[in-house]
Amino acid sequence: MKHREAAPIATRTHHDAPSPVAEGAVRDSLTRQHTALGDWTAQSLLFVISLVSLFVLGLIMAFLIMEGAPTFSFVSIREFALGHLWYPTDEPPDFGILALIMGSLSVTLISSLIAVPSGVMTAIYLSEIAPPRVAEILKPAIELLASLPSVVIGFFGMVAVAPLMQQLFDIPTGLNLFTASIMLAFMSIPTICTISEDALRNVPVTYREASLALGATPFETISKVTVPAALSGITTSIILGMSRAIGETMVVLMVAGGAAIVPTSLFDPIRPMPASIAAEMGEAPFRGEHYHALFATGITLFLFTILFNVLAMSVSRRYRLKGSS
Amino acid sequence: MRLSIQKNTLSGRRGAIQTLWFLLFRAAAGINVLALFAVIGFIISKGLSAISWEFLTEMPKNSMTEGGILPCIVGTFSLAMGALAVAFPVGLATAVYLNEYATQGKVVSAIRFAIANLAGVPSVVFGLFGLAFFCTVLKMGVSLLAGALTLGVMSLPVIIGASEEALKAVPDTYREASLGLGASKWQTLCRVVVPSALPGILTGSILALGRAAGETAPIMFTGAVFFTPDLPTSVFDEVMALPYHIYVLATAGTHIGETRPLQYGTALVLITLVLGMNLCAIILRARLRKRSRV
Repeated sequence: MKHREAAPIATRTHHDAPSPVAEGAVRDSLTRQHTALGDWTAQSLLFVISLVSLFVLGLIMAFLIMEGAPTFSFVSIREFALGHLWYPTDEPPDFGILALIMGSLSVTLISSLIAVPSGVMTAIYLSEIAPPRVAEILKPAIELLASLPSVVIGFFGMVAVAPLMQQLFDIPTGLNLFTASIMLAFMSIPTICTISEDALRNVPVTYREASLALGATPFETISKVTVPAALSGITTSIILGMSRAIGETMVVLMVAGGAAIVPTSLFDPIRPMPASIAAEMGEAPFRGEHYHALFATGITLFLFTILFNVLAMSVSRRYRLKGSS
Repeated sequence: MRLSIQKNTLSGRRGAIQTLWFLLFRAAAGINVLALFAVIGFIISKGLSAISWEFLTEMPKNSMTEGGILPCIVGTFSLAMGALAVAFPVGLATAVYLNEYATQGKVVSAIRFAIANLAGVPSVVFGLFGLAFFCTVLKMGVSLLAGALTLGVMSLPVIIGASEEALKAVPDTYREASLGLGASKWQTLCRVVVPSALPGILTGSILALGRAAGETAPIMFTGAVFFTPDLPTSVFDEVMALPYHIYVLATAGTHIGETRPLQYGTALVLITLVLGMNLCAIILRARLRKRSRV
């Protein structure tokens, strides 16, 4: 960002320089005015384009509300959010999404119980223990894991992991909360791992040296110095990983089983919010009650992810302030 | 930054604890890499037999129980390219503005807040937005255009992030040298800064392209359909797409068992496409880093 100050200085020295040919100086100042106008236009244009992101986020919220709000003309917000029954196609229909919310929360929680230790420990290995050559190979592998399309992970869960679980635990179906959590964990591990590793690498090497010099073992240094120093970065990574898990659609659509019940066991089939939206939107009559209720479910899901993101941003902002002082 | 581990000096309980934990750290990393290879290996071993020239170049037959997946390949390719065509100019311009012009202010922090949140919006919510805005209000219907726009909006934060990082990596001395020679700020940007950052920007764009190609939820209600009898001829046509094709074959219909080979084959084509693009981007980036270190 330093270059911003560089611009006026460069301009000034150029103008102040005694020019040997007066005519040249005049022409020069004319073109300079011309380019200044061009610069101003370019800057304004870029500014307007950069407003697109803000505009799009506003549009997303506006349209979710516009299409979702009519829901509350036929169910109250209370019935919608706390109702146990989701039978949108019955007569009369029931639009209570508590089971969907609980489905989303349970699958997110259990997947993070798997993803957090695994992701953070992998980050510690990559940043603190692995020889550089090994890390150079492992890091792209983690990135490739992140790039696997969600439909492929869901498909793999369906045809390979679910039958295995069914046999292993002798349960009626392998498509359940537990299998979905495992598959979802592998989608949030790369997020957790990458951001945690960055946070660990940003811990000054002097911290580690001081700890080692005091006689701490490398493991004691990691657990008592490096990880605590990187804790806010690691926390951010966990929140963002959970945010990714709660919004992930294809995996829960294909692997979670699809029953809209509040889960009571690890092996219950569930129907998280994104799965419900994705599965039902195709059949919901356009701008009917069901259609609006699905948009209202979308609003709920959106609010959860916004909450996670704002939380992550405030944690990382505090971290930055602490780092600069 | 790594800790030099002297094995001999550690003995007793502390040493044992350390050995145990380090083993766990290694195991965690191992499991994650193993998971990657398990998925890829499984899809390759099951899908390879389904791949043939006909599979890649023919239309589906007998209500999708036989034949090829050409329309899905064409559809995914057009959707991803369309998304990039939308997101690349906007993303690059935004990154240039934020990194080269913007000063701290309320509008700029609002823009940054919006980008960070846009990156976290669930893919299915993008699908809902596309349905309500592009398909309904802008009257595009379920079409290639609506699908590509939805995917484009979703890729925007990825491209902005990658472009900004690439622009930050351009040394300030480049800018100062150009400005010192009398070039205007705009000329400096067009002829010095953006060209130097271009490889990094392109790397990020390839990653975004791969991500757009593999997404399912945003195109489910906006661009993709179960089946089209013909290849798309205009941007207002409905398309078939690889990820949606896998989902439909694997979960809907009465021939789930019979079409397993087709499902594995389609999944193999999709991961080849997506991982291929990502691998290209990773290799390109590794080369760039090496070059910039010299």
